[in-house]
Amino acid sequence: MALDAKIPGGPLEEKWDRHCFDMKLVNPANKRKYTVIVLGTGLAGASASATLAELGYRVKTFCLQDSPRRAHSIAAQGGINAAKNYQNDGDSVHRLFYDTIKGGDFRAREANVYRLAQLSCNIIDQCVAQGVPFAREYGGLLANRSFGGAQVSRTFYARGQTGQQLLLGAYGALSRQVAAGGVTLFTRREMAELVVEEGRAAGVIVRNLVTGELERYAADAVVMATGGYGNVFYLSTNAMSCNVSAAMGAYRKGALFANPCFTQIHPTCIPVHGEWQSKLTLMSESLRNDGRVWVPKKAGDTRKPSDIPEGERDYYLENKYPAFGNLVPRDVASRNAKEQCDAGKGVGATGYAVYLDFRDAIVRDGRDVIQRKYGNLFAMYQRITDDDPYTLPMRIYPASHYAMGGLWVDYNLMSTVPGLFVLGEANFSDHGANRLGASALMQGLADGYFIIPYTLGGYLADRPYKAHTESSGAFNDAEEAVRQRIEGLLNARGRRTCDDFHRELGRIVWEHCGMARSNVGLDKALSRVEALQEAFRQDLAMVGTAKGVNQTLEKAMRVSDFISFSKVMIADARARQESCGSHYNLAFQTEDHEARRDDADFAHVSAWKYTGEDEAPEREVERLTFEHVKLSQRSYK
Amino acid sequence: MTQSLGLTLKIWKQRGPDVKGALQTYEVRDISTEASFLEMLDILNERLVLNGEEPVAFDHDCREGICGACGAVVNGKAHGPLKETTLCQLHMRHFKDGDVVVIEPWRSRAFTLIKDLMVDRSALDAIIQAGGYVSVNTGGAPDANAVAVSQELSEKAMDAAECIGCGACVAACPNGAAMLFTSARVSHLAQLPQGKPEAKKRVASMVACMSEQGFGNCGNERECEAACPKGISITHIARMNREFLKSFFK
Repeated sequence: MALDAKIPGGPLEEKWDRHCFDMKLVNPANKRKYTVIVLGTGLAGASASATLAELGYRVKTFCLQDSPRRAHSIAAQGGINAAKNYQNDGDSVHRLFYDTIKGGDFRAREANVYRLAQLSCNIIDQCVAQGVPFAREYGGLLANRSFGGAQVSRTFYARGQTGQQLLLGAYGALSRQVAAGGVTLFTRREMAELVVEEGRAAGVIVRNLVTGELERYAADAVVMATGGYGNVFYLSTNAMSCNVSAAMGAYRKGALFANPCFTQIHPTCIPVHGEWQSKLTLMSESLRNDGRVWVPKKAGDTRKPSDIPEGERDYYLENKYPAFGNLVPRDVASRNAKEQCDAGKGVGATGYAVYLDFRDAIVRDGRDVIQRKYGNLFAMYQRITDDDPYTLPMRIYPASHYAMGGLWVDYNLMSTVPGLFVLGEANFSDHGANRLGASALMQGLADGYFIIPYTLGGYLADRPYKAHTESSGAFNDAEEAVRQRIEGLLNARGRRTCDDFHRELGRIVWEHCGMARSNVGLDKALSRVEALQEAFRQDLAMVGTAKGVNQTLEKAMRVSDFISFSKVMIADARARQESCGSHYNLAFQTEDHEARRDDADFAHVSAWKYTGEDEAPEREVERLTFEHVKLSQRSYK
Repeated sequence: MTQSLGLTLKIWKQRGPDVKGALQTYEVRDISTEASFLEMLDILNERLVLNGEEPVAFDHDCREGICGACGAVVNGKAHGPLKETTLCQLHMRHFKDGDVVVIEPWRSRAFTLIKDLMVDRSALDAIIQAGGYVSVNTGGAPDANAVAVSQELSEKAMDAAECIGCGACVAACPNGAAMLFTSARVSHLAQLPQGKPEAKKRVASMVACMSEQGFGNCGNERECEAACPKGISITHIARMNREFLKSFFK
């Protein structure tokens, strides 16, 4: 099958406008005859639900939390980019487009990214109209900051809680449509199976997490906005319930999984303390503006940081990258921290941490200035670690943060299953091999507010109403498959907890499919995951029944999907015989130890096709062509 | 310094809304002082599962204090002993070896118990659905800088907007009122020019919804403010009351 991204013709700047005109419209009076299912209520899902209901579609929206306001978009800290050029510093749609393509190490589609940059401005307008309290200047206009190494100041923010405020804006719009009857909301429901009938998405089977019952919902289209797979690493900055199950459900029914090996490992997180640890907390990367990263020069040095004299400290980022110093991009900073710790120079009880030291900044600027800039972050750090970062250097370590890969979608955000659309972090479309800071919120909202309302109409305009019914054979089969799967898990009488399996999975992929990869390591990882999967089938400890609340069962369903998914992720990393962005294969590096791309053979999207539970997936390729940017080697020396 | 604790936990166990519940006693050992409160419960739950017992059901998600999913009454205090801290951000170093820790769900007329420490807080969503938004459709918004908003107002609105909707204010209130929660949204939107056009309608319908959902009235006990993990001030309740009064004047 040739993967056709359906990119419209015409000049880059006009593609989206032309496409909007070329797509068929659904008559306003007919929209109410179509039912659309939206899975997930993060930025993408909430904004899509609200907007589609405003247009008149009958929307059924599902989330696994008790309230749509709790989706993990809420935890985004830093901000949201937009090419407004309010600062008169040379920003433009074209510059945001270029920065995003380059930041992604030239592994994203030009047409999608250009559209994202165009729509970025509408997002800010929309959010302000909703009452999102963005930071403002004394004159009353919106404030911006620079972020993630961008040379222009284009990031809009609401204190350190930008994701929360944007999500509450979208949640407000969603709530308004719930009250108006356009959206029917189903909370505490988790998708268990995608129903495909005659090759098209026809609805879903969801598990009611309170009653345990399986419920059927038919629709004319399914919009999946179910987030990323960062929790495959067990420890990550994601929320506990973030999972890959909905995406894997779609994958098993024919949706291709694109670039699953592209995972962002964020350099500044609070390190692991012990085996029982359940999650890692992100410390905003803005800290690297003033903090200096170092480790002791001598491996195994256990002295207190204050006892290590200046001459025995290795400020390795400043030494290695004199031009960018501590501000190198996320992937580079993360990889270097790992190298130092692997060489035995890591600090703290576990040896898996490096120092981020504010001593010199406090001497230079005074404690008050540092407190004004970072006070809330320092307080958060102290609450978790009980260390005072004003007097002791912070200890930080990289952690899994964001999934650039996801279900393959075309320009219309439709997957390879007709009628199944995928939005936000759940799709693969815009960030290439590395995502820039403050771009995730932008993409989620662009997809939900401004893209899906058009492209969904383009799909539905040719479709009959109510083509699928919940009593059909496809629904019967799908429900029966879920029932059997749940029974299989509930019959387990083994001796290892689900968390124990998940922790081991995390260790395997972190070691071999994390910040640095090798062919030997990836092969080893695959056989270890296969052994783990077998052990999971034999030795899982389970309690409770299918009825009522059973959080152990919920977890087991998710972990079993993470194990299956990790095999696709490893296969993708193994097949990509180059390094690019977050994917760093040790065999492919420049003399400066940076990622060495192979544009001749790998300037493409790898999309993986399901061939059976224990079968190796098949790879399809979408070639990427670059007409508006010149491919170049990233360097930060 | 990392140490390890042994604790006696008395946790509310209740299979569902229609059956009786009771405190059940569990002993935990070797809990690191670096662990969070919820990680301590994870450790207990893993042990229970290995013993073939039902684990303790509780809501939780982000574990960084922003999603508002977690919450329990710990030794009589919503979210436990530490000020302005959600349960997931409470660490075990704030407990002593040998402590007895009583853990109960949010209790309020408007919150039905689902299981153990899980309660149904959808009544809070209903209040937002009654009017906690600006009625603008997607598209057609004016340029974001078309209306200037003073930094002071914007900051005040943001103070209110920090509410995470966890429901601790309701659980802490002797009357089971949702005044702090509702007022945070009213106050956030009432202060911004974007929220003005429908300010009267909004406050009237949100207040009416509070009563319909079974929340009590404010008795100025200030327990809500003390329990709020985000430090939302009761001045927002005062502002909501003013807005509510204003809604009667045409």
